[in-house]
Amino acid sequence: MMPRISLTSSLRDAVDGAESIELHAETIGEMFAKLAERYPRMADRIDAGIAVAIDGQIYRDDWNTKIPADAAEVFLMPRIQGG
Amino acid sequence: MTGVLVSTTINGDAVQFACPTDETLLDSLRNRVGLTGAKEGCGTGDCGACSVTLDGRLVCACLVLGVEANGREIGTVEGLVEDGKLHPLQEKFIEHAALQCGICTPGFLVAAKTLLEKNPKPSEEQIRYALAGNLCRCTGYDKIVRAVQAAAKEMRKK
Amino acid sequence: MGHDTNYQDREFKIIGTRVKRPDGIDKVTGRAKYGADAFAPGQLVGKVLRSPHAHAIIQKIDISKAEKLAGVKAIITSADLPDLTGSNRGMTDILENCMARGRALYHGHAVAAVAAIDEQTAKQALKLIKVTYKLLPHVTDVDEAMLPDAPIIQDFVLQDGKPSNIAGISTFGHGDVDAGFAEADVIVEKSYKTEQTHQGYIEPHACLANVSSDGSGELWVTTQGHFSFRVVCSTLLGLDMAKLKVTSSEIGGGFGGKTHVWTEPLALALSRKANRPVKLVMTRDEVFKASGPTSSTSMDIKIGAKKDGTITAATAMLRYQDGAFPGIWGMLGAMTAYACYDLKNVKTVGHDVLVNRPKVAAYRAPSAPMAAFGVESTMDLVANEIGMSPLDFRIKNAAKEGTQASYGPVYGPIGIGPTLEAVKKHPHMRAKLKKNQGRGMACGFWFNFGGQTCVDLNIGPDGTVSLTIGTIDVGGSRASLSLIVAEELGIPYDQVRTNIGDTASLGHNDTTEGSRGTFSSGMAAIFAARDAVGVLRERAAKMWDIPVDDVVWADGVATATGAKHSNLPPLTLAAIAAKAASTGGPIAGHNEVVADNAGVSFASHICDVEVDPETGSTKIIRYTVIQDAGKAIHPDYVEGQFQGGAAQGIGWALNEEYIYGADGCLQNTGFLDYRIPVCSDLPFIDTQILEIPNPNHPYGVRGVGETSIVPPLAAIGNAVSHAAGVRMTHIPMSAPRILKAIDDAKA
Ligand code: FES
Ligand code: FES
Repeated sequence: MMPRISLTSSLRDAVDGAESIELHAETIGEMFAKLAERYPRMADRIDAGIAVAIDGQIYRDDWNTKIPADAAEVFLMPRIQGG
Repeated sequence: MTGVLVSTTINGDAVQFACPTDETLLDSLRNRVGLTGAKEGCGTGDCGACSVTLDGRLVCACLVLGVEANGREIGTVEGLVEDGKLHPLQEKFIEHAALQCGICTPGFLVAAKTLLEKNPKPSEEQIRYALAGNLCRCTGYDKIVRAVQAAAKEMRKK
Repeated sequence: MGHDTNYQDREFKIIGTRVKRPDGIDKVTGRAKYGADAFAPGQLVGKVLRSPHAHAIIQKIDISKAEKLAGVKAIITSADLPDLTGSNRGMTDILENCMARGRALYHGHAVAAVAAIDEQTAKQALKLIKVTYKLLPHVTDVDEAMLPDAPIIQDFVLQDGKPSNIAGISTFGHGDVDAGFAEADVIVEKSYKTEQTHQGYIEPHACLANVSSDGSGELWVTTQGHFSFRVVCSTLLGLDMAKLKVTSSEIGGGFGGKTHVWTEPLALALSRKANRPVKLVMTRDEVFKASGPTSSTSMDIKIGAKKDGTITAATAMLRYQDGAFPGIWGMLGAMTAYACYDLKNVKTVGHDVLVNRPKVAAYRAPSAPMAAFGVESTMDLVANEIGMSPLDFRIKNAAKEGTQASYGPVYGPIGIGPTLEAVKKHPHMRAKLKKNQGRGMACGFWFNFGGQTCVDLNIGPDGTVSLTIGTIDVGGSRASLSLIVAEELGIPYDQVRTNIGDTASLGHNDTTEGSRGTFSSGMAAIFAARDAVGVLRERAAKMWDIPVDDVVWADGVATATGAKHSNLPPLTLAAIAAKAASTGGPIAGHNEVVADNAGVSFASHICDVEVDPETGSTKIIRYTVIQDAGKAIHPDYVEGQFQGGAAQGIGWALNEEYIYGADGCLQNTGFLDYRIPVCSDLPFIDTQILEIPNPNHPYGVRGVGETSIVPPLAAIGNAVSHAAGVRMTHIPMSAPRILKAIDDAKA
């Protein structure tokens, strides 16, 4: 199964306005690489920092993180910071 | 700018230092005597981080001049340990987790010690008002008040 | 590598006990060294000259007189800090914020800096620097800054191709809010404002910089992230990262304000120019004027619900000011606003707006408290309209596992429901109230983060253990981390010592922000200890000359398993360590990890207030914090975080605010006029820790430090409305504002 990759609205202009994308990737890094290949404007956004929520758990950094084949949802959102 | 030689007693020891006449006692203690336990949080008498005693009276060292220490007795947080033993307030502050970052702690200890010397059995309200000149941004004061209560109890046992 | 980060349920021996912290004794005796407590031979005193104007072109800086003053060793202006940031906009903004480049953007913006032999000389030199300013129109209010004819703060910020102060518009949400509102029986729409507040750490920013003529340097500094400071400072000054050693002092509070550099690059530049160490300590006045406060905001909140209490739609239009440089604060407000609720139709829009105020920095769960104030106040209004108790209304709409969060993703197991149930059961909810008293409650949310982390664990020849970490201890984390190592190794707490390493002694560690200290260094410490156990087993096997598979480690000793080894008495850590030289050398464990996923956290607060109807002044009578903390490693310090956050929220709700005059200048730059809560303002603050394990941490730890500042603004607002019969929509709810609301209601 291919997980649905949803994007927060501020990222959508970089993927030609799509709300979600179907894409097969085993890790966050692979997903980013494929996104940047398919949508060149995503490359800058990825460099600027994107957090990835996989089934609700937020990952900010580790690109080796596995995307489980049965993940119900992968969500891309802005990289955020705290105090 | 004129300099003056100051002879004073700090935590029981005779100490001399020279300082400009417009220098605060806090700067003299920290920069000339090397006692950095008293902290500068504001420099305007509003935070209590610089609390020391002058002839037994609680003062903000940032509002006193170094020259005013001449011939008088200064007490700082460094003088709380007696015979190598922590003061009960120091013990209770650690035990009750009454410090987080700890920058306010020297001021609170000096202020609380002055309070307990005058009033060995303060109520919660008396503690809160006695310490109202000392700001703490980390703890919400809860554990500080509890530590002072516990220390007061401990000291009354002796 | 290869360590399992998943939560494993287990019985702990010492995790969760209330041990004494290792740095306690230094902190109660005055021996602990904070930012301003360092000294270097030959050190100079650094001082910064700041703009007296809100917005002005700097036409000329004449340093000729100041330079000639005896005892002045270096003067710098922006010319001494050439732009080496490349095209990195974020870095350029940091550089420009450290020192104005041709234009002063806010009252207090640094313009020049001096290093001199003593304080008096440095101050005198500042007076001798003559700056010629040409005043520009200014704007400090967030709504005014969005008007079409507002003075423009930054030329590079455009909206629809035209210069604008709106640096960002971020939209979140899902569903169809128009359709949702059409279904509603009740709709409440309300606008709110909150004023700017400061983190208010008691220790001002302070550092001691020492740059040598060969380009190597050292920086001693009070910071939440010495590794990040190294990255920023070396980039701005063009130093090799490896040649700049940054050591973190004890930190006297940060709350987000010490995640950013302010004067540190100036101190380094002064030291480089003077070729001597420079100590630079900010005054309190400078801290307020020029180090990161949080945003002031203006918000429109709209919630619609059915009579049965189901929310059908909710929106939030949020306007946050970022100060003079773009930030992500409005975006964070828009992400967190409705995070507590399960909503079918929701839309939030966050505007990041530039004004002539200092660059906004993170402040504990940044941006969440303001949005929560608007949303949680409106929640109470809706509950009233449909005749439901505010608590039941929240319980009915609370987010749960499987809810799509308003900021996008779907939640895993979360704790908002349990905190609300705990509120329902709490005796505080049934306590009697007196005249002029009222009770309110509110919920809050924060993300929590992990990040890059690395630790070193070394076992000494006597078997005692030292753990070196790269995150900062802002409130007892060294105790918690020692507990973790002692637990893993099965040894007493007092045989483990945790120290914070400088940037030369460990790999990069991200800033200690987002409540990550104990979470992420804790995770790395567990894995480093498990590595060390592996080594200890090997060494024991060597000492016994048996296969390592026959050695188990438990309760602090190596034991040989199986009947054939029953003659071998167990080996203690100390016994193995004593033989380290002959069994392979020093015994250590290391770990480098990206500790992602600190787990979202939720809190519900209950608050009773008493409002004096004659003066409008408000007293907090009783306060209860209920929060999901994951596993509490050291409950005292978890409670301390809950209480401290609540106290900051109380100050924000009732007193604290930046007051700007018509001239755009900040009028209250001291603790006398910017009044934070004092001991006599507060009651004891009750806490209840809910331990819902984080599935992504071996011990189930979550970040705990931030969420507690989120609910107080609204909890107090809701309590005031019950006590005084007026709905406050402007924070802080200072006595004059409440009095005016009471009078208006009477009229
Ligand atoms: S430094 Fe003296 S009262 Fe604040
Ligand atoms: S413990 Fe940090 S200010 Fe009191």
